[in-house]
Amino acid sequence: MNHIALKMLMGDRGKYFGIVMGLTFASLIMTQQPAIFVGLMSRTSSFISDLGYPDIWVMDAKVQFVDDIKPMQDTELYRIRGVAGVQWAMPIYKGMLKARLADGTFQTCIVVGIDDTTLIGGPPEMLAGKLADLRRSDGVIVDIDGATTKLAKPAKTAGGKPIPLQVGDTLELNDKRAIVVGIAKTTRTFQSQPVIYTTYSRAMAFAPRERKLLSFVVLKIKPNADRQTVIKRIKQTTGLAAYTQQEFKDLTIEYFMTNTGIPINFGMSVLLGFLVGAAIAGQTFYNFTLENLRQFGVLKAMGASNGTLLRMILLQAVLVGIIGYGIGVGLTAWFGYAMRNSILAFKFPWQLLVFSGVGITLICMFAALLSIIKVIRLEPAIVFKG
Amino acid sequence: MDKDCAVYCENVKKAYDTGGDKVIALGGIDLQIKLGELMMLVGPSGCGKTTLISVVAGILDQDSGVCEVFGQNLLKMHARDKLKFRAKNIGFVFQAFNLLPSLTAAENVSIPLILNGVKRKEAERRGAVMLEKVGLGTRTRSFPNQLSGGQQQRVAIARALVHNPKLIVCDEPTSALDHETGHQVMDLLKEVAMGHDRALVIVTHDSRIFGFADRIARMDDGHIEKVVNSVTEL
Ligand SMILES: Nc1ncnc2c1ncn2[C@@H]1O[C@H](COP(=O)(O)OP(=O)(O)OP(=O)(O)O)[C@@H](O)[C@H]1O
Ligand SMILES: [Mg+2]
Repeated sequence: MNHIALKMLMGDRGKYFGIVMGLTFASLIMTQQPAIFVGLMSRTSSFISDLGYPDIWVMDAKVQFVDDIKPMQDTELYRIRGVAGVQWAMPIYKGMLKARLADGTFQTCIVVGIDDTTLIGGPPEMLAGKLADLRRSDGVIVDIDGATTKLAKPAKTAGGKPIPLQVGDTLELNDKRAIVVGIAKTTRTFQSQPVIYTTYSRAMAFAPRERKLLSFVVLKIKPNADRQTVIKRIKQTTGLAAYTQQEFKDLTIEYFMTNTGIPINFGMSVLLGFLVGAAIAGQTFYNFTLENLRQFGVLKAMGASNGTLLRMILLQAVLVGIIGYGIGVGLTAWFGYAMRNSILAFKFPWQLLVFSGVGITLICMFAALLSIIKVIRLEPAIVFKG
Repeated sequence: MDKDCAVYCENVKKAYDTGGDKVIALGGIDLQIKLGELMMLVGPSGCGKTTLISVVAGILDQDSGVCEVFGQNLLKMHARDKLKFRAKNIGFVFQAFNLLPSLTAAENVSIPLILNGVKRKEAERRGAVMLEKVGLGTRTRSFPNQLSGGQQQRVAIARALVHNPKLIVCDEPTSALDHETGHQVMDLLKEVAMGHDRALVIVTHDSRIFGFADRIARMDDGHIEKVVNSVTEL
């Protein structure tokens, strides 16, 4: 009877497309919105991943997330270096500074200062110039997104394209001259500000005079040392907070999850997509069954059991479910691909496939259930009614 | 009850509940239909004809009384056995044809065989053979909406007969057709459906086909008024 079920479904093109479209919509929204959400959330901690290499991050105990800078005294660096199990430890400065552009306007930038001698913590990928060029006087490295957009020089002709910042160009950070010695590729940050890398001591010079300027200390543990033990020791000796890279990322994401409206917003979108998809698909599927009730009645009269009819309806639901899910997920993947070079955050981990798959399964089960109840209650005697 | 009796009804009663009011559709029906016979059920609209053949075909339970089909008391049968019994022994022909619109003629005809466990390929092959018998050998791949009313009813008749059931119930098989086509359909029913080991019950109020009956049972208001052997006695 399976082929009959499928032919019944395909026989009503309008409804068939309606159901598939409802499910496509639901699975599209249930993957695309979370993918943007996951993308955004991973951006919140992109600074941590970009730095990559070190094992442990040390910071003021009150820091809640990566952009929540609570500076420490420079002397902390030496105390940390003294903790047993620490191979090396380097200072990181991270702060927001105003850059004065060629046309006289200001742009807030994230300035990252890394250890002068080792240059550990530099950008993940250089597009122009070398990381070592940071050692040249007044040298800074600018991220490509910032260089081409927010830090770009005004066009020569009015209305023309802005000219990207290049190696050799200068800008002013807090009234101090900086020379671009390199262009880097970094993962976009949550607020999408330009990122400027420089040495720690030069960052100190750019930054406004303050008693404390050390943002983080990143460190590598000795080969045979245990990470959690070292973390414990650092906490005990310094009273600072210390996290592994993953712990610090989790802390940051956790902060955005609980302290911003972002999860709720995306959650609402997903819920709406689910509900609207369920309403369209469920309603159309139910109507489809209602319209075919007489056909089911005829089959019942001719001796088809409730079990047989149930299987037919389930098969119909599974088919539209798979097709709608496939198209929806495909559209999301295509969307992500089309947007890969844009500012839009997008990340499509396999868990989202499972998530939307469960959602679509729920919708289909709900739709099928309504229809199954109707068909099981159906009196075969209706077949003789006019 | 003798053994050439296909259907035996005794004091069959059925009332419908319509939100408080009880509509008595069958008020105590006594009726016998013999094997090899074409029995027509006639009577005014609302007298209970459809209700009666629904009970006889095993798709509606009576409230009281006995209805035996080929010696089996349908009311006492298990739901599952009743389904099997229907699938094996009953053929249906409806006024509105009730073909599945998204299936071809051959596929429609194959359904009773599939419900009896025949494999799809074989069922469709036998469906096509049956269509040949009703004069539609060239239209096996046509869909119902590509066929005329008379042709659709032929497909329905093929579907009712393909699994060789012993009882064929028809509710107004000619009402949706013009006179000529109705006559052809009746000719066909008489020709291919009749046999010494099977019985036909046809509900109709189309007096122009009364002549095809072996016996006619005249109903009124939930009762059998009389059973006669030819139109002239009505
Ligand atoms: N499902 C139902 N619910 C309530 N009443 C019903 C139902 N089916 C039939 N009836 C009533 O039972 C009586 C007999 O109906 P039935 O359909 O058997 O008549 P009929 O002789 O077939 O009429 P027609 O020639 O118009 O088809 C009628 O009064 C009808 O209104
Ligand atoms: Mg009727």
